[in-house]
Amino acid sequence: MSDDPIIEVRGIKTAFGSHVIHDGLDLSVRRGEVLGLVGGSGTGKSVLLNTIIGLKRPDAGEIFFNGQKLSSMSAKERRGLEASWGVLFQNGALFSSLTVRENVMAPMKEHIKMPKRLMSEIADMKIALSGLGPEAGPKYPAELSGGMKKRAGLARALSLDPAILFLDEPTAGLDPIGAAAFDMLIKDLSSTLGLTVFMVTHDLDSLYTICDRVAVLADRRVAAVAPIKELEQNSHPWIQEYFHGPRGRIAAAAQGG
Amino acid sequence: MPPASTADINVRKEGRQIIVEAIGDWVIQSIAAVYSEIERIESEFDAGLVIIDVGRLGRIDTSGAFLLGRTVHQCATPNADWHYRGEHAAARQLIGEILERVIDCEPDAPEERYGFVRAFERIGAGLEAFGRETVETFGFFGRTLTTAGSLVLRPHRFRITPTVYVMEEAGVNALPIIVVLTFFIGAVVAFMGANLLGSLGFSVYTVELVGYAVLREFGVLIMAIMLAGRSDSAFTAAIGSMKMQQEIDAMRVLGLDPYEALVVPRVVACVLMAPLLTFGAMMAGIFGGMMVSWATLDISPGFFIARMNDAIDWSHFWVGMSKAPVFGLVIAIIGCKQGMQVGGDVESLGRRVTASVVQSIFMVIVIDAIFAMMYLELGI
Repeated sequence: MSDDPIIEVRGIKTAFGSHVIHDGLDLSVRRGEVLGLVGGSGTGKSVLLNTIIGLKRPDAGEIFFNGQKLSSMSAKERRGLEASWGVLFQNGALFSSLTVRENVMAPMKEHIKMPKRLMSEIADMKIALSGLGPEAGPKYPAELSGGMKKRAGLARALSLDPAILFLDEPTAGLDPIGAAAFDMLIKDLSSTLGLTVFMVTHDLDSLYTICDRVAVLADRRVAAVAPIKELEQNSHPWIQEYFHGPRGRIAAAAQGG
Repeated sequence: MPPASTADINVRKEGRQIIVEAIGDWVIQSIAAVYSEIERIESEFDAGLVIIDVGRLGRIDTSGAFLLGRTVHQCATPNADWHYRGEHAAARQLIGEILERVIDCEPDAPEERYGFVRAFERIGAGLEAFGRETVETFGFFGRTLTTAGSLVLRPHRFRITPTVYVMEEAGVNALPIIVVLTFFIGAVVAFMGANLLGSLGFSVYTVELVGYAVLREFGVLIMAIMLAGRSDSAFTAAIGSMKMQQEIDAMRVLGLDPYEALVVPRVVACVLMAPLLTFGAMMAGIFGGMMVSWATLDISPGFFIARMNDAIDWSHFWVGMSKAPVFGLVIAIIGCKQGMQVGGDVESLGRRVTASVVQSIFMVIVIDAIFAMMYLELGI
């Protein structure tokens, strides 16, 4: 991990009508770190994620990738950037008309020239990597359970070996064993590949086990960004409640904190 | 994006051992270049003798590690230290992790073959599906009737607000388009009559032609087709998306009968609105015919109406009107039934909406033909 930011969010303002979600929000994500984003319901965690990946245009402010403005990139630069990140949406967002294997192959077909057989072998590898069994490949998304959809979504997000991985509540809806395996996978990938991970999560176990730093969304901005041990000492009332509430205490105790 | 990367491979023998040297960046953008060589190594050499040299390897990602690891994958101990040579920050660990997790997925279902037997098979399957759909639709119809019957006994349970809403949505809002369409149909019929009958010298019979055609058939048919295209698809989509979001399940669990809450209001609204729409359609059609007669045949509106009054019996109007509620009923039943059959995925929603429009237009035409035969026998 180094200190130079791979993503910089500067002065973001987002509003739906008169309802202001973010106002003057700053955040920087360092290269190679796993950053967790937490915040109460309705504080705009997913909105912030969508803003960073360019699905939503902020009302004010700017986002920089590797020091380059997202809004002033040419179409070609944008495509290159999009090939270098992977996004896992909350419910997987798999293409329903394609099998899981075809879903994983879709980004490769779009961005890389390679023989179809190799593509399908790599897709199988990604499917296995995300923790799905061999029977998952030829299945259609409608035939998968919620947890399996999420894993298939991860396989697709990892399809191009991205430099940045965006995860929207990756462990929500997974059983604890599956969630722990998911955490370990993210951790392994980030350490061996130097992957930068930006994850929205409410899973306190994930926060404690894999996040290098945690950003807290409160009062329409990022109230604090720090490693979780430091964050526990923060005096902000919401953060106190979050980490020292009954669930926070149990997770902290489980980690020997 | 990093600069374009290239992968290269160098294979040589050292005694009995095969040294596979990976050179350059083995990342997903570049590995296609070494794929055939990896396959050759896999098939020609014993994996137990392969040594991977990562000394000159640049960047590597999971795909590169997967491909490189395949050279030793078949060996009993692919992760043993002696398989690896050279220093690399991540390669060794990554290959180990990938090899640990890798599996071969089951192949995709083989593509369907087309042939003589297969053609018959498809015809058979289609017929069977048609038969099943017919039975199911009748079942749905029966279920709706019993629900409606029970509502007659307990009228306070009838949902008046959604019914009125559907009447507005599917009925009143459809009036402009239906009126415009039948206006043109009436005009076209009058043009044809003017041309054809005029050449025989009977151009005055255009009035009868327009009257018969619009009152008996076109008014109600155009109404039914528009209702099927516009409202029936909306019913299927609305109920279908509720089914997908488990709203229907939630209703059942809460003790609400989806037939009572969703189907009956739509059916009642359609049955009530269809005759009114048909009336509007007939008026517009006759008006269209009247305008064309006036413009091309010099038949004044006054004369047109007087002649219609003399020559066309009221029974033709009632023939058209009598079909309207039946069409409304059939369209609403098919729309709701298809909506209820939507599964969990988006594709089935699309399929069901298409099926519902096709089926209801098909049924409208078939029932119209049955009505025609019936009225012919009755001499009306």
